[in-house]
Amino acid sequence: MNRRLLRKIKNGVFLTLSVLATLTGLACLAALLWTLVSHGVAGMSSRIFTQMTPPPGAQGGLLNALYGSAMMTLLGILIGSPIGVLAGTYLAEYGRNSRLSTAIRFINDILLSAPSIIIGLFIYEIVVVRMGHFSAIAGALALAVLAIPVTLRTTEDMLKLVPIGMKDSSAALGAYPWRTTLSVLYPAARSGIVTGLLLAIARISGETAPLLFTALNNQFWSTNLDAPMANLPVVIFQFALSPYKDWQDLAWAGALIITLTILALSISARVLLALLQLERGS
Amino acid sequence: MAIIEPRHAAKQLIYERIFRSAAFTAAILVLLILGGVAASLVHGAWPAVSHFRFTFVTREIWNPVTDQFGALAPIYGTVVTSLIAMLLAVPAGFGIALFLTELCPPLLKRPIGVGVELLAAVPSIIFGIWGLFVLAPVLQQHVQPWLIRNIGGVPAIGHLFKGPPYGIGILSAGIVLAIMVLPFIAATVRDVFDTVPPMLKESGYGLGATTWEVIWNVVVPHSRVGIVGGVMLGLGRALGETMAVTFVIGNAHRISSSLLAPGTTISSAIANEFTEAVGDLYTSSLIALGLLLFLITFTVIAAAQAMLARLERRVGSAV
Repeated sequence: MNRRLLRKIKNGVFLTLSVLATLTGLACLAALLWTLVSHGVAGMSSRIFTQMTPPPGAQGGLLNALYGSAMMTLLGILIGSPIGVLAGTYLAEYGRNSRLSTAIRFINDILLSAPSIIIGLFIYEIVVVRMGHFSAIAGALALAVLAIPVTLRTTEDMLKLVPIGMKDSSAALGAYPWRTTLSVLYPAARSGIVTGLLLAIARISGETAPLLFTALNNQFWSTNLDAPMANLPVVIFQFALSPYKDWQDLAWAGALIITLTILALSISARVLLALLQLERGS
Repeated sequence: MAIIEPRHAAKQLIYERIFRSAAFTAAILVLLILGGVAASLVHGAWPAVSHFRFTFVTREIWNPVTDQFGALAPIYGTVVTSLIAMLLAVPAGFGIALFLTELCPPLLKRPIGVGVELLAAVPSIIFGIWGLFVLAPVLQQHVQPWLIRNIGGVPAIGHLFKGPPYGIGILSAGIVLAIMVLPFIAATVRDVFDTVPPMLKESGYGLGATTWEVIWNVVVPHSRVGIVGGVMLGLGRALGETMAVTFVIGNAHRISSSLLAPGTTISSAIANEFTEAVGDLYTSSLIALGLLLFLITFTVIAAAQAMLARLERRVGSAV
């Protein structure tokens, strides 16, 4: 009887701890969001979207940083995702079980979790040093390298989910694999691949470390891809650590914008995936 | 689809070759990127490595004025902050995974799971400014004075909690890192728990075991490899994490016996000093730090991936 009670107590203790751990995790998320919203809304104004980053002590906005971030993220995705999608296609359709594919899969998983600052150093060495100066294109390339593993992984997984019968039917009609891939597999896996793209955008749009020594930053409006370009994460970094109240407020507003964007992207990726599963199930 | 004529077929074959080689090139590019990362880091680090040789990793000195650089303080900071993070995040992540797989009402399972995963999507710079403006003051005013008063005098471990409560420092960085890697560990461990066949768990319950006993004696042994893999994936992230740490570490190139003192890590040293570094040896030393980080994280992540792959094979063959 006593032993049974002991087991029950032990059970209760550990299960309570587990509930507490979950509550702590959720509390962290709530605290983070609350701080972001309360500080961010205070710093939010129409100036954010109409004016450039100000010098210390002056008022201003984040227009150049927002533009730079959007530009480099877009370029990064445009360069990175075709490579990721094609490589994923190779792994799923051409070399499914070859030793090379196993190696590529392994390396890709490593790139997926490799520290982004290392990628920044890599691009610094091969682009910035060669060109002799920091530039937006170097920043975009760093982001592209980070986008490749995400899109590769999701593309491969999604292509593998396409029923084999569809592929066989296409082959039976005399289509070559490229035709099957473009006309049958990609349309069938479309929402899955789009999910991968959304996740990749979410991943790279908040990256700071690789931009620090590739795109650097720019106090002014610049659309020149061959010159340093302002971007939201680096501006947040610089402004948050500054002693000026105006800059800190802008940093919080920027942090709120970036977080909401990323959360919206992640949630839509999830919704898309859920719809996909629903479709499959029916 | 129309019947394919021979002329048409030849054209198709050319397209096939083009598409196939494009896909192949893209796949090879992934290998080249990793090779390129290693080669460029070695190339950039070479001046520092050939100048300091082995003393680079054994000396604490970091003096840009006299061009003397040693990586011991950043290595120490990286290892200690990651250890603190794992000590806090592994039990908590395990608890969350347990809650999600065994205790959670089905209705809440998805929302809470998604909440945890969303926490993983928040960029690290956000954790950084949150850590600096919200967490650090709380630690400075409440947690650290308590630690100094109550543990500071204990022999053996007391020296870890001595000195003034700065708010920022090794301990704070470790705590912010813990919050950052928590969702990763929780999500991976939950996925691993989900691979345990329900039959095994039912058998445990059927014998009258409590929930905890089923977890500890059935689920954990069955998914041990996966748990270790998930934990090491979290460790790889903690070791390489840059922005969250840079805000709260204090950036001091020295090794203090107290966890409350400011320190530095490999990634935060690079992030802080790289664009301001003047002189080839200084820049090269920072890239050498990057090379060290690459080697450490590469090893940890590769080991983690190998373990998770082993689990996948086992699950695959069991079905």
